Amino acid sequence: MNDQTIIAIVAMACAALTVALGAIGAAIGESRIGAAAMDALARQPDEASSITRTLFVSLAMVESTAIFCLVIALILLFANPFIGSAGQ
Amino acid sequence: MNLRIFGDPILFQLGPIPITETMVTSAVVTVILLAVAILMRSLVRSWPQHWLSVLAFLVVESFDNLVEEIVGRRHALVATFAGSMFLFIAFCNIAGQLPGVHPATGNLATTSALAAVVFLSVPIAGIQSNGLWGYIKHYFRPNPLLMPLHVISELSRTLALAVRLFGNIMSGHLLVGLLVALAGFLVPTPIMALDLLIGLLQAYIFSILSTVYIGAAISAGEE
Repeated sequence: MNDQTIIAIVAMACAALTVALGAIGAAIGESRIGAAAMDALARQPDEASSITRTLFVSLAMVESTAIFCLVIALILLFANPFIGSAGQ
Repeated sequence: MNLRIFGDPILFQLGPIPITETMVTSAVVTVILLAVAILMRSLVRSWPQHWLSVLAFLVVESFDNLVEEIVGRRHALVATFAGSMFLFIAFCNIAGQLPGVHPATGNLATTSALAAVVFLSVPIAGIQSNGLWGYIKHYFRPNPLLMPLHVISELSRTLALAVRLFGNIMSGHLLVGLLVALAGFLVPTPIMALDLLIGLLQAYIFSILSTVYIGAAISAGEE
């Protein structure tokens, strides 16, 4: 097992861990945002348009942390600077 | 299998400049949007009762209302900016659904360019409405010690805008590509529908966030 193999194994494991742990945080955050938006909608149905707009914006902000994790994982897998012939 | 994450194939050379696929896609989208906009303008002028004119009026009015809700007053320039951003990003994302087309927004260079436009528009809008000194002063408020945090937040939100759009569109396209390679016919269809929804939602988010940033710069001196 040479150095390149070890680096490839570690990179794959790290990519899987990155996506898994990143998805946990984003999922918890989005569920809390959804619950809070439902609560606000039930209390103030008149404000539905502004609540929905803020809901989408905050969902996207929270979702972007998971997307950052995905991008990092894809960099580890496909554009890893430490693996010789990787990247395109 | 046509999976592409960070690369961008060069189609041909135009003198010293290599023309990549993303440049061609975004140029085609821009030309189509411009042609539709010019046709709509003449249609609205000559035949305002036609349903397409009403549709165009509704689109423009919805962007005006959006900007009015966020900025606090009607602002034609910001509405134009947000509308152009939304239409360009949305059409790029939808164009990615065509077979063989890689969406222009699924490339980090395109999204970085769009985020850089937002990054440069924020101080321009702030200086235009508050004057140079009034805009610079808001960096030193509430305390001059917080100035580095203001600068870091402007840089990091620009990075987040670029990587968010890129990550969403690229991952959606990658997922559809993987499913096509694995399962083939009809199985990727629901994922493609989700991809369409996410593309429109990300275009909306991008234009809303850029409006929020520009609106914050416009109202920076009013307190």
